[in-house]
Amino acid sequence: MERRDFLRLLGIGVLAGGAAGCAARGTRGATASSLKAMYDVAPFGNVRLLHFTDCHAQLLPVYFREPNVNLGIGAARGRPPHLVGEALLRYADIAPGTPQAHAYTYLDFEAEARRLGRVGGFAHLATLVKKLRAEAPGGKALLLDGGDTWQGSGTALWTRGGDMVDACNLLGVDIMTGHWEFTYLEDEVRANIDAFDGEFVAQNIKLTDDAAFFDVPAFDEISGHAFPPYTLREMGGQRIAVIGQAFPYTPIANPSRFIPNWTFGIRAQELQALVDDIRARENPAAVILLSHNGMDVDLKLASVTSGLDVILGGHTHDGVPVPSIVANAGGGRTVVTNAGSNGKFLAVLDLDLDGGRMKDFRYRLLPVFSDLLTADAEMADYITGVRAPYKEQLRETLAVAESVLYRRGNFNGTFDQVICDGLMAVEDAQIALSPGFRWGTSILPGDPITMERLLDQTCITYPETYVREMTGEELKLILEDVADNLFNPDPFYQQGGDMVRLGGMNYVCDPLAEIGQRISNMTLDSGELIEAGKRYKVAGWATVGSQSPGRPVWDVVAEYLRAEKTISVDRLNTPVLKNVANNPGISAYPS
Amino acid sequence: MGVSRRLFLRGAAAAAALMALPRALLAWPEKAFKAGSSDDAMQALFGTTDASASSAVVLSAPDIAENGRVVPVSVSSTLDGVESISIIVEQNPSPLAASFDLGPGAVADVSTRLKMGKTSNVIAVVKADGKLYTATKEVKVTIGGCGG
Repeated sequence: MERRDFLRLLGIGVLAGGAAGCAARGTRGATASSLKAMYDVAPFGNVRLLHFTDCHAQLLPVYFREPNVNLGIGAARGRPPHLVGEALLRYADIAPGTPQAHAYTYLDFEAEARRLGRVGGFAHLATLVKKLRAEAPGGKALLLDGGDTWQGSGTALWTRGGDMVDACNLLGVDIMTGHWEFTYLEDEVRANIDAFDGEFVAQNIKLTDDAAFFDVPAFDEISGHAFPPYTLREMGGQRIAVIGQAFPYTPIANPSRFIPNWTFGIRAQELQALVDDIRARENPAAVILLSHNGMDVDLKLASVTSGLDVILGGHTHDGVPVPSIVANAGGGRTVVTNAGSNGKFLAVLDLDLDGGRMKDFRYRLLPVFSDLLTADAEMADYITGVRAPYKEQLRETLAVAESVLYRRGNFNGTFDQVICDGLMAVEDAQIALSPGFRWGTSILPGDPITMERLLDQTCITYPETYVREMTGEELKLILEDVADNLFNPDPFYQQGGDMVRLGGMNYVCDPLAEIGQRISNMTLDSGELIEAGKRYKVAGWATVGSQSPGRPVWDVVAEYLRAEKTISVDRLNTPVLKNVANNPGISAYPS
Repeated sequence: MGVSRRLFLRGAAAAAALMALPRALLAWPEKAFKAGSSDDAMQALFGTTDASASSAVVLSAPDIAENGRVVPVSVSSTLDGVESISIIVEQNPSPLAASFDLGPGAVADVSTRLKMGKTSNVIAVVKADGKLYTATKEVKVTIGGCGG
């Protein structure tokens, strides 16, 4: 069945794709004033929700290149979010060469970024939020933040998330959940949540049994919930429930040693019980899940539960212009969205609630083009002030980019290659490993690689580097493990981010194979085969299990960049891929 | 309101301490716990491997273990006449991880923590009125990291 027929059959008005497409077709070569029309959102329904996610502490406008590799495996093949480039434009009916095409895809990135300028920035976001709030029914809208907000910049690291808490208070965030927020120490997390004016919700974070035994404070001692699992709001005479879903695999993907008292998980059965309980006791007109699961997990979660009207999703950084509509286990349906990253998008969800249910909705994922929005003066002042003590460190130019530098994608981005090359050069290693994070901003050729941009890629609370010998067998084990966390056909078993980034070695990867069979033909850059029993000198960073002994990765890479002076990336240690021909989740990949 | 989780856990810890004492006095199914495969363990424990999957057995375990050394697992059942609840980790060197014998009138609801070396199916086996019923879930053990 065609998507449009499916939507029509459901009787639900999904105008986002079509509307974006229409607007897009009219804006080729248009003036700034006509481009601004994309922010005129026609009023609809009686309740407005605004949603952003995964801004990774980017207070100022940035460049952010969307991926050209975002493979969907199994049931996920060819469906959002696993569509890149032209395949995504076709799916969402967006004309190439338009601002929307630039926002949602990597196509012609450098030229379009120069034409349309930077994206995001809290002062510009604040202006857009204020406008959309003022235009909402009754002049009120709920602003929801999906998390990964308090980490990702040098200033967020140095203020332990504090700069972002205050920025979110100024922005007026009403409700949030989290992931990287939990990479600070437990006491710091609690202090940040205390300082946050909105509500922090998570149904899937509980005290460990040990913590409960030793009187660690919790929101609910009986259920064990560390934080309120949900909140209720009255708007436009309607009652809506917002349940929080933090990143389920935080203590696996990130160090559990920072937050030993909390245990996570998807907890689908408990979520279902909670939804049923809220519906029975509180009788809301709509139940929303504010989720940091990642889109594939959200799509499956929607199919195995019932009673959720909308899942507003994040984590996987997918800027998906058209929401997905999923048939539930119980016969209903759930709208599933994902709202991109780095402050680049603001989602607008208008709900028509009546008779205790959601009758209809409109969804739009608006790109935040900084040049089209006036900076909010109060927020701009705040940002200037909070950055002032760190200005000198941030603006040091380490080198100049001669290629587009970016990270996002299933395999090495150009900035990952720079990090790996730097680790190998400075530590005199044969191979480098670097984590497959999805965050990290982009740099255009000719622009300086400042310490701030390097920190955008690296500033975590466990940045220490290591150099050690690993056997070929150990390397294979690591690659297989990470590949399964990305390509397991069951999303509930996908723990990871993107594939681990490599320097100095190459391999063949078959994403469709089983764990243990995906990785083959591992070779050094010289072409020499990597042998299972042989030892290799490996440099890396971001160890989750225990603290590594070396310097922070940004110090190591900064040393490399200062010595190189200019950076041009003309090769990537990306794998040769098998069984992905014609997959619409990959494009412009070296074959 | 129920008893708080904290008080319950304290009570459970005390009960476990008491229960630990007479263990040596009870019949210890050594052969079942030392068996090297799920089938051998089932055979040694129940005298049969015949069991049917049942939605009346509820197995609660994480999709991915936060720590493979202590994986929290709970099993409950709505079946009548539950005599025992056993937990098998297929890929462990000794797959039978736990077996609870329930007296008459006991609530069929147990929790424990398992050690898992690698990704495996976890199987809950409930014996009720002389028959075996199972629920199975894969629990993944990963080296972690790289999440973002």
